[in-house]
Amino acid sequence: MVMKTITRVLLVAGLAFGTTGIANAKDAPKTLMGASGQALADTCAGCHGTDGSSGGPGTPSIGGLSKAYIVDLMKGFKSGDIPSTIMGRIAKGYNADEIGKLAVFFSGQKFAAAKQKFDATKVAAGKKSHEKYCEKCHADGGVNIEDDTGRLAGQWSPYVKESIAAFMSGARPMTRKMKKRMKKLHAKGGDAAFEELMAYYASQQ
Amino acid sequence: MSKKIDRRSFIRSAGAATAAAGVIGMPSLALGAGKKVVVVGGGTGGATAAKYLKRADPSIEVTLIEPNKTYYTCYLSNVYVIGGGKGIDSIGHGYDGLKKHGVKVVHDYVTGIDAKTKKITTKGGATIDYDRCIVSPGIDFKWESTPGYDEAASGTIAHAWKAGAQTAMLRKQLEEMKDGGTFLMAPPPNPFRCPPGPYERAAQVAGYFKKHKPKSKVLILDPKGKFSKFGLFKQAWSKLYGFKEGSDDGMIVWRGTPKGSDDNKIVKVDVAGKSIETGFGSEKGDVLNIIPAQKAGKIAFAAGLTKGDWCPVNLRTFESTIHKDIYVIGDAAAAKGLPKSGYAANSEAKVAAAAVAASLAGKDAPVPAYVNTCYSIAGPGYGFSVAAVYRLKEDGSKVQKVSGGLTPSNASKGVLASEETYAHSWYKNITNDIFG
Repeated sequence: MVMKTITRVLLVAGLAFGTTGIANAKDAPKTLMGASGQALADTCAGCHGTDGSSGGPGTPSIGGLSKAYIVDLMKGFKSGDIPSTIMGRIAKGYNADEIGKLAVFFSGQKFAAAKQKFDATKVAAGKKSHEKYCEKCHADGGVNIEDDTGRLAGQWSPYVKESIAAFMSGARPMTRKMKKRMKKLHAKGGDAAFEELMAYYASQQ
Repeated sequence: MSKKIDRRSFIRSAGAATAAAGVIGMPSLALGAGKKVVVVGGGTGGATAAKYLKRADPSIEVTLIEPNKTYYTCYLSNVYVIGGGKGIDSIGHGYDGLKKHGVKVVHDYVTGIDAKTKKITTKGGATIDYDRCIVSPGIDFKWESTPGYDEAASGTIAHAWKAGAQTAMLRKQLEEMKDGGTFLMAPPPNPFRCPPGPYERAAQVAGYFKKHKPKSKVLILDPKGKFSKFGLFKQAWSKLYGFKEGSDDGMIVWRGTPKGSDDNKIVKVDVAGKSIETGFGSEKGDVLNIIPAQKAGKIAFAAGLTKGDWCPVNLRTFESTIHKDIYVIGDAAAAKGLPKSGYAANSEAKVAAAAVAASLAGKDAPVPAYVNTCYSIAGPGYGFSVAAVYRLKEDGSKVQKVSGGLTPSNASKGVLASEETYAHSWYKNITNDIFG
């Protein structure tokens, strides 16, 4: 009974909130909607490269990522659940339909592996760690994105490094399975293990 | 089975029809079926437009007319050249990339655009026909805003607001300056190209001084009371260079002009004496940098595309509201709501290219999308940004910001360092998007 009441209260509150949201939207200036995926995606090129192929050194390539992954990321940036320097400010400008269009566009592009420097002496150890801790979801050495995971092989190292830091600090949420494995790897090899992983991913060009 | 045959025979006859149409279509194409676009100006806006026209429709004949063989970007010129001493090649870009996309690049200077006859005339004596013309002339200076400082004087005192030789000269003068000297800068009044630029420059010069000439000063005489990324710059200046607002202590001193006053507006420049007289008094410097007030580039005036200082445009297409079939993009356009930034010029160029391609195909202009992202680097490991996503207001009156904002003032060291890395990525990716 109590449960029911609480649910009802939440529902009503949610509804009220929803209505306020609509009222605000009405006050906002009406803008022309319906830009194509291409038109929307072309505005991303200045930072992420033409068709999402980044020349680095920091901004990740987004062309050729999984559609669901892009949607999740954009939603996370928008809500603030995924930390970012700038993407949170930008993602708020897109509604679900537009995020969907962007995801369709970029997932349809070819992923361009980064041409970057890496510590060749760390690659073998990184490969070993990857196979033990990461390969199950980030298959084929971090190339495969069929499980709607992020692309690791060939992604820009500074970005991978920043993402690992965000995961490890708890600022960026991860699945229980990933959390367990990341912690295990860190407990065993420390930050050096992550450096080795990054060298392995960067070596795949 | 019968279906299969039907389809196959349909394809065969359709193929024959296409071939026939091709033969018949040929002569009209050879005579010019109305797909000639001439882009005037090979800077950020023009080069982007040329490339994206070819991307939109490779059958469009795109000619880009630009006098210089190398374009030097204004953005990152403070960081790479003036502060960083990496040399002018670090911000130079050629046109081979555009040629690979099928753009015909002509190195000449456009002297006239006749909207009635749709003909362009050049200094080199050429006359070029167009069906659509995209004009991206950048800025010109209002020399009358800086009495005593004119184009001839810019041979010894840099504005360095059109990158290239000017940028290199400013760096050389800073290198030659004795320790304990003053870098005296006069930023322009609004509106002007790259609103955070003068303040990033101040930080970059201070960064160079801190390392090589620690007794030197940066003195800014500003005709404005505030500026782009105001809080973030003041914070960075004080953290890195001992800036104290309203005080002459610290390496950077900024003297603003409150609204309604004309304290630090330039009254007179003494080029030989290296001093600037303002409504407040006279200041002497060892290296001067004067950035005059701005207006649209020369050709915009010559072609009758201006109203006041800038070019009014339809914000959905960037077609001039004065002359049909001529589009104006970049700093010269009155792109209500968008800043005069490199990223905005790149974004406007894509909107214009899509609109021109649609218009040549007899279609309506597509719904536009615009973004601006602008990074500033105040010192090593210290970057910050402003970003915005825009849409066109339904009544077409304005490019409306729908999200965005500044790096938060409480951003951690890690965030500021990441933003610096992203600033370098921004440069690599946007210049490749434009010229690559």
